[in-house]
Amino acid sequence: MSYINGIGLISPQNTYENNEFLQNIMEQNADYLKCVEPVYKNFIDPILSRRMSRLIKMGITSAKICLADAGEIQPDAIITGTGLGSVEDTEKILGDITKEEKFLNPTPFIQSTYNTISSQIAIILKCHGYNSTYVHRSFSFESVLQDAIMQLEEGTADHILAGGIDEMTMNHLQITRRLGLWKTGPVSNLRLLEEPGPGALAGEGSAYFLVSGEPNENSYAQLIGVETIYKPSSREKLFLHVREFLESHQLNTGDIDLVLTGVNGDVNWDFLYQDFLSELFPGNAAAWYKHLCGEYHTASGFGLFTAANILKHQVYPEILALNTNSPKDFKYILLYNHFRNVNHSLILLRAIS
Amino acid sequence: MPCRIFITGSGIISGIGKNLYETLSSLMEGRSGIGRIRLLQTALRDEIPVSEVGFNHTELFELAGLSPQEGYSRNALFGIIAATEASRQAGIGSGDPIKTGLISATTVGGMDQCELYYNDFLTNDSRNVYIESYDCADSTEKIADHLGIRDYVTTISTACSSSANAILLGARMIQSGKLDRVLAGGCEALTKFHLNGFNALKILDKEPCKPFDEGRNGITLGEGAAYLVLESEESLKQTHNTVLAELVGWGNSCEAFHQTASSPDGVGAYLAMKKALEMSGLLPEAIDYINAHGTGTDNNDLSEGRAIEKLFGNHIPKISSTKPFTGHTTSAAGSTEAILSILCIQQQVIWPNLNFRVPIRDLHFSPVQKLLTHVPVHAVMSNSFGFGGNDTSLIFKKFTSSHSPSQPATS
Repeated sequence: MSYINGIGLISPQNTYENNEFLQNIMEQNADYLKCVEPVYKNFIDPILSRRMSRLIKMGITSAKICLADAGEIQPDAIITGTGLGSVEDTEKILGDITKEEKFLNPTPFIQSTYNTISSQIAIILKCHGYNSTYVHRSFSFESVLQDAIMQLEEGTADHILAGGIDEMTMNHLQITRRLGLWKTGPVSNLRLLEEPGPGALAGEGSAYFLVSGEPNENSYAQLIGVETIYKPSSREKLFLHVREFLESHQLNTGDIDLVLTGVNGDVNWDFLYQDFLSELFPGNAAAWYKHLCGEYHTASGFGLFTAANILKHQVYPEILALNTNSPKDFKYILLYNHFRNVNHSLILLRAIS
Repeated sequence: MPCRIFITGSGIISGIGKNLYETLSSLMEGRSGIGRIRLLQTALRDEIPVSEVGFNHTELFELAGLSPQEGYSRNALFGIIAATEASRQAGIGSGDPIKTGLISATTVGGMDQCELYYNDFLTNDSRNVYIESYDCADSTEKIADHLGIRDYVTTISTACSSSANAILLGARMIQSGKLDRVLAGGCEALTKFHLNGFNALKILDKEPCKPFDEGRNGITLGEGAAYLVLESEESLKQTHNTVLAELVGWGNSCEAFHQTASSPDGVGAYLAMKKALEMSGLLPEAIDYINAHGTGTDNNDLSEGRAIEKLFGNHIPKISSTKPFTGHTTSAAGSTEAILSILCIQQQVIWPNLNFRVPIRDLHFSPVQKLLTHVPVHAVMSNSFGFGGNDTSLIFKKFTSSHSPSQPATS
């Protein structure tokens, strides 16, 4: 069994202090949603952090917040998912080498390697256990959770620090806007569905979770299962896959109290979520969260934070609701995310008691 | 008892050959792939040797059996070529219902094209297709689509141990029952990006690398791709494939010491090797050969050597680094060297550590200097260590059907 026993989240919302659950929502009228960041010197020795790029600081700090939340438990393994790693460092090197291949500063190169976050956390925690990094678009964080669940099943670890982290920069936004991924100018995150159009609102965030084999008084939720579905050949195949996934955990669609979707305001792709809900979960409560964190490869980390808190506190912030259905209690939450119909994923959670 | 993991396919492209056959010939004849840079457009071309795959983009499309098209990185083409060779050997794609996954590894991903077109990315729409193909997942998805693999797809990046961790994950997913067959490995194309990055760290040798030599002076980079097919016993009952070797042990450990340097006593290396050895149930003296990480840096070879001495005591196996043949293919090194290790078991040979002259003063062993043939090789350990102290060790064993009470249908 796997349980979420600690959470640390740096996001475009007020989440890093871990003392409220989506009470004071941040509205940003912006090209992309930027994280509300803590003062890093409160978390990382300034001598160490001086040369660290922003993503590394975000990762280490959210990991530390997570472990503090879990009661300062030393993890046996550290696994991180990141779609793009340190975009800032990668851009620095590209900017340099496309001009002149001379006098390159090695620090951005070191930090641009995707495994830097997991290994920097290991260095700070002196954790010699299993350490890995997944870098597969919108499967990155889900692959982390699958690995963590397997570790617990194998009995090779009791506590796994599992995270998902990505950053956005204005430069990267402008480059990827060419692909039609994003809104073409600043929009308000709280009016995303009111003004439908193509492109998502980009975002960023760093979410770490302590995934443990036993629950405790601080547990948020039980992590029942995680499924990734690559390029389903048809929508029927996808729906069948979802049903089979639920059946493998002795559940059917009616048992799900809330479906937390990855709706992101991009009319070119959001219709798939509508189909998913109307076909599989027509009477269930449905919600979204990407107006709060934006779209990025590891955004389901924010989704997992949201679902885990709903289950722990049995509160359902109105800002999340996509429809008027609202169950009395929340026992099972299913997260469903997809990235342009290529990387589909399911995360299934259950309330502790 | 956890199920057994059988290796039934392998495919490889590197500076010493575009397929398994050429690779084997080069190894047998002691032919290194290291030389002057010919293809990579870099100001360092006359300063630093590398082991390049000697085919340009158009030629790689031909080798991959594809018509030239936009959006393919050199990295993805390497991946498709090696993964296809491995898949053909094991019959993936024959339409059987075996649950099959692809776990691929890379670190620079599609950077080889990205760095050529970055100024276009900033200023115009002419190269948009390469914006989409610069991340790590792109080569993985192109391989998966080329081979029709759908049941599980992911990408790992742990720097220079990436593809060893892909193999390790593949084995774990089979043991957990999630998959029955996995294509696992990695690909990496040389880029100005990482050539300059390593150069800025001052760890590239200006001559071909000399692992485990007292006068070693750094890494020689290489490029390529290598993939293995891993099968469960159940899968094997359906495919009746020939087993090339068995994967009997793996260990992943983190140095937690420094972002780019190994600890002096190689604690991460020691722990990874120890875990793998314990899992295999083999005694230290049962390991016939270690295909070392052996990069040729001062730091790695000494700390890896010390970790080996600590773990193996008086039973130090034959050791060599094959990086003087292939160069250090970074994310593809783990799976490249896994295949070279399996070849030792199949051919009953041990590859020499080229360019070695003088033993390291602080170590008590010398690597194998000449090709050894007709030597018994039953079990081989293959080490892969990466930046950030991501250390992984794998143990392959000669296949015998009597290892467990439940015998596979084939032999």
